[in-house]
Order: sequence, then C-alpha cells, then structure tokens
Amino acid sequence: MDIFLQQMVNGLTLGAVYAVVALGYTMVYGIIQLINFAHGEVVMIGAMVAFTVINLLAAGGLPPLAVVLVGTACAIPVCMLVSYTVERLAYRPLRRAPRLAPLITAIGASIILQHLAMLVWSRNVLAFPQIIPLKTFSFLGATVTGVQLAILGICAAIMCGLAGLVYRTRLGRSMRATAQNPQVAGLMGVDINRVIAATFVIGAGLAAVAGVMVGTYYGVAQYTMGSILGLKAFAAAVLGGIGNVPGAMVGGLLLGVVEALGAGYIGDITDLCRYGPLARAVGERCADGGHFVLFGSNYQDVFAFVVLILVLVFRPSGLLGERVGDRA
Amino acid sequence: MNRLALRLTVLAASLAVIGCGDKPADTKKTAEVKKGAPPPPSVEIKIGHVGPLTGGIAHLGKDNENGARMAIDEANAAKIKIDGKDAKFVFVPEDDQADPKVGTTVAQKLVDAKVAGVVGHLNSGTSIPASDIYNKAGIPVISGSATNPKLTEQGFKVQFRVVARDDQQGPAVANYLADIAKPKLVAVIDDATAYGEGLANEVEKSLKGANIQVLPREKGTDKTTDWKAVLTKLKGRNPDAVFYGGMDATGGPMLKQARELGIKAVFSFGDGACTDEMPKLAGAAADGLLCSQAGLPPQAADKKFLEAYKKAFKVDPIIYAPFTYDAANLLIEAMKKANSADPAKYLPELAKIDFKGATGQIAFDGKGDRKGAEITIFTMKAGKLEPTAIVKGGKSTPYAEFIGGGAAPAKDAAKK
Repeated sequence: MDIFLQQMVNGLTLGAVYAVVALGYTMVYGIIQLINFAHGEVVMIGAMVAFTVINLLAAGGLPPLAVVLVGTACAIPVCMLVSYTVERLAYRPLRRAPRLAPLITAIGASIILQHLAMLVWSRNVLAFPQIIPLKTFSFLGATVTGVQLAILGICAAIMCGLAGLVYRTRLGRSMRATAQNPQVAGLMGVDINRVIAATFVIGAGLAAVAGVMVGTYYGVAQYTMGSILGLKAFAAAVLGGIGNVPGAMVGGLLLGVVEALGAGYIGDITDLCRYGPLARAVGERCADGGHFVLFGSNYQDVFAFVVLILVLVFRPSGLLGERVGDRA
Repeated sequence: MNRLALRLTVLAASLAVIGCGDKPADTKKTAEVKKGAPPPPSVEIKIGHVGPLTGGIAHLGKDNENGARMAIDEANAAKIKIDGKDAKFVFVPEDDQADPKVGTTVAQKLVDAKVAGVVGHLNSGTSIPASDIYNKAGIPVISGSATNPKLTEQGFKVQFRVVARDDQQGPAVANYLADIAKPKLVAVIDDATAYGEGLANEVEKSLKGANIQVLPREKGTDKTTDWKAVLTKLKGRNPDAVFYGGMDATGGPMLKQARELGIKAVFSFGDGACTDEMPKLAGAAADGLLCSQAGLPPQAADKKFLEAYKKAFKVDPIIYAPFTYDAANLLIEAMKKANSADPAKYLPELAKIDFKGATGQIAFDGKGDRKGAEITIFTMKAGKLEPTAIVKGGKSTPYAEFIGGGAAPAKDAAKK
C-alpha cells in the first residue's frame, strides 16, 4: 500500500507540472483555437534561464530558496518576451489565415526556439546545482520531498490565481468575451490583439514556472526537454477538454497519475509467468521464479498518448470539455 | 543601424582582403609545380573518427575525438614517410549523435570520402550497424569504447577494439559487487540500448551464477529522466543492490531520485555512467557508487600522453581518450609497417600488431578483441572516482597493489 501511495505522490507531482504547462495550451486554444506547439520550448527556455541564474548565484552564499526564486523571477520575463515575440511574428500576421497556417508556423517556431537554445546553452545535459537540501517527509509510509510539496503547492496556487484572473478581473472578462466571439468582442471595445497577447504572456509566465519546477525536480535540463513535455501537456489539455481551464488541471494531474501507475505496474501485469496457461506456453523461462515480461516500464512515455487516443475516440470534447459543436 | 552598416563594411572589407590574399598564393603554388623541380612527393591519408558530438553524451564523444585528434597531430609533426612519400594525415571527425541510424549514414559518408581507417564509434549501438558498412568497404575500424561483445563476433576482419568486452566487464563488476556488498537480492535496470541491455544481461548472468537472486528486469530509455515509477516499484521489493546498464546522463538522475525515495541499496553502473559527470548530475547521492570502466583508468595511462593531452585541450581526459589515441596510433603504426595506406595492404599488419600504447601493450586476438584487456572498478568518494581494483583475466587486484606492485601493464602483457 505504501508503494501504491508513493506512486500516487510521484504521479501527482508529475501531473502538477503537466497541468501548469497544459494551462498554457488550453488558454491559447480557448481564445484563438490555435495549438501553440512552441509552448513546450518556452518551458525549456524557462528551465535554461533559471539554470543559468541559479548557477551564477549558487556560489554566492544566498539561501537556496532565494536563489531559486531569483532564478524563477528572471525566467518569467524572458519566457514572456519569447512568447510575445512568437505571437507577434508567427501568429498575429496569420490571424485571418486558414487554421492550418498558424499551426505550421507554430511547429516552425518550436524548431527555431529549440535550436536557438542549443546554440546558447550547448547540446549537453546541464546539471542543476544541487543547492536545495534534501528534506523528506514521511506520509503513511510514502516519502515526500520538499520540492514535491512545493510543486504541488505552487500548482494549487496557480490554479486559484488563474481562476480569479479569468472570472473576477476586467482582463479575464475580455478574455472570455474574445473566446466567445472575437468580432463582437472587438465591436464592444475589447482590444482583441492586446487580450490575445496577454493570454500568451500569462501562459509563458506559467511555462517559466513549470520549467523551473522540472529543472529543480529532476536536476537536469537539456535543449530537447521541451518537446516531449509539451506533447504530454498537450495530451493533458485534450484529456481535460482543450479550451477549458479547470479541465487542463484535471487532465494534467490525471495523466501524471496514469503515467506513474502505468509505468509502476505494467511490468507486473504483463508478466506472463503470473498466468497459469500462458506461463506454460512460454515454457522454461518461467522456471524457478523466472519472469517473462511483455511490456516494461520503458513504455512509460506511451501511456500519455494511449490516453490521448482513447479520449479522442470516446469523448472528443475531453472530460470537462464543452462547446465542441461550434468548433468542429 | 549604424553599427550594423559598419559591421557589414568591415565584413566586406575583410572578405575582399582574404580574397586578394588567396589568389597570389594559389598561383605561386601552381607556378612551383609547373617549374618542374620535383616537389617532394606527398600522400594524403584520411583517418575518420565517429562519436556523438551532440546529445546527452556529447562530452564523451568530444573526449574520444580529442584522443584520436592528438594522435593524428603528433603523426603529422613526426613527418612520417610512407612508401617514400611524405604522409599527411587528415583527420575527419564525424558526429553520429549516438543514434544507430545516423551512425550508418556517417559510416557511409566516411567510406565515400575514401578514408584509410576509422577510429570509433563510441557507442556499441552505433558501432554494430556501422561495422557492416566498413566491412563491405574493407576499411579497418578500431573502437576505443564500444564494449558489446557482438561487435567483434560478426566475423568482420576489419573490426577491432582496444577496450574490454561486456562479457568481461559484466562479470567483473558483478563479482566485485557480490564480494563487497554481499547482496541477496539485486535489481537490474537497463536503458534498452545495445550497450545497456547487453551489459545488464552479462551482469545478470554472473549474479545468477553466484546464486544471487535477481529481480525481473526494469527498463527505461536512453532519454529517460523520470525514474521514479521504476524506483518506487523497486523500493517495494527492497533489493540490496542495483545495477544499471546505461549512460551518465540517465544514470545521474536515477541515482538522485533513488536516494530521494529513501532507497538504501548499493548502486553499481557500467562504464557509460562511470564518469566525473556523475557527482554533478546526482550530487551527494553519487557517493558510494560502484562502477567499472572497460580499461585502465585514464590517470593510469602513459604520463607523456596525459601531459600532452592536458596541454592540447586544457582538460583531463574523461574516460576513453587514451584508448582512441591508441586506436589512431595503431592505424598509423600498421600503415608504417606495411609501408602503405591501402587498407587491403595494412590490414594484415594491424591484425598481428604488437604495439606499446598509452594504455599498455596492445595486441589483438583472432576476433579483433584486445588481448589481456583490463577492467577497472571505481568507487565514488566525496565526488571523486577512485579506482579500487583492476580485474584482468577474471582475477581482481586492489588498485594500489596493481600500480605499486611494479606490475606495469606493459610488462605484464609482454610476458604473455
């Protein structure tokens, strides 16, 4: 049971990161129905900038928490600037173009950002300086680290903050209006371009936070880290219902848990030696405590996409999805 | 805007200067040749090197490349004559990204460029598919770091290696682990590459041979950074020791996460993760790690080599640079002996060579494996890899005894 709980904790932490990244996808999609494939790279740039700053400050004798906060504080504006630039150069000129055109510029922007990062930060795996002392807490037999708690806490705070922003502020109202009908919102005096840019910038700020989370959690960063993370977060956004803010959160957490439990148990479940008739079919490989495992934990990355496909087949609008009718 | 204009002018001006500078030199050269005075005949010999220069283990690829590059530079400085002509060695470094598909493309590229010999590849996963291409072209290839047994088991006459094989390394690290940690239950993990899986298989075989129980294999990929699911599962089985067949870029995060989860087992890695990057990637969690390298440790290499390397590249060799240095020198030595850079002519010389390199005496057996190859076992202490034992021919000697006992590797091999 404590192992199951531990897998849940791992999954929730991973899911919290997916959720924060997924928010960026879903907000942009909600407003202009664009899948911003460059979003994963923005996360990577956030991690890289934070890496540089933390590396510079690590020797300075500041308290570790302050160093990480400064790193995040530097990463957020850089990511916002990158995302704003991408929106301005790659998406805005194509606002009235067919849906496919901005999708392709998004992929292009993602490739460009990835390779720029490669030029700036080299191709190597960068090791985050291990400045945060390892603090672990025991919770019903499962081990929870301080970093994990921080990630979960920040994730919850972001969720509340974002809900407040969307439903309680003037900008949020403009965003919802633009999402419903950009033309009419424009006629009512909403500066659509400003609202869209703001959406990108907020998403990028969240991406920066996610980048710092991933970097400090795993302790490594590389210029390629954004692509798979971005794809999984996108899967999470679709799972929750793309365009839906709480959906992204639910989708992210759910995906993280599915991945952790899947990777943790698939080896046992597909061990043919556990099933009498199959074990006999496999023969001697099961003799004295042997195992014949069909799928191992290296299939971890596959779960996100299996879930994505299942959702698209059985519930195209996602778990909390809505408004699919007028979008399809 | 002004500055940009200025830069452009400077650029244009410098281009013009370069352009002007080049032409007279060219005409001079042709004039010289035309004058009829017999120019010293020279022959250009291309030697290729392949390793990953991009991706997670680019640092190891660069290390390998530096070793080979240094051998070529020294050979050029030594003004070697082959068949009465001044030999000019040209170094052709290539990047295979540690990707088997790219590895074969790059191999074909080197064959097309008519290289006389190749040093590489770094990974077993890229070396094995590439070896077929070199074999068809008849070009000798010496790996300074690929350890999977299959590489030299294919019956290719052109394939050599100067490091130990995984069926020597696996038992060596497994037996050492069994001796030191006395585990009852061991978990074996690999990264699903030819190297990682091959080495993990060898380790598992040896452990089982020593009557130690081994858990069903867990796998990641060569890009995995999140090992928590696998490690949590292992935590439930509570193994005394863990072996991972994979590289340092994935092994580092694994070790760190294992300690975060409170796993107390002894960790042991193969040569791919037995590098000085480990303490950076895993932090304090790296301490106590056991790992092996398929050769003598770099610090036990020839002093002259170490000094020259440090002078040339301003860093110490990471792991296999002395071996790629030797590999390149072996190619050159065989060419000298055969008095020809024609692969068909110098290949027989290479096969029966007996050469004292930076890593000791080198001779090949019938398969192209190094005779009497050593394996070194290291322990990570306070962020530093310290060699603890040398395993040779299945016999383990404490490192201090090996170095201090006067049994210099060169003498030892010569006796055989």
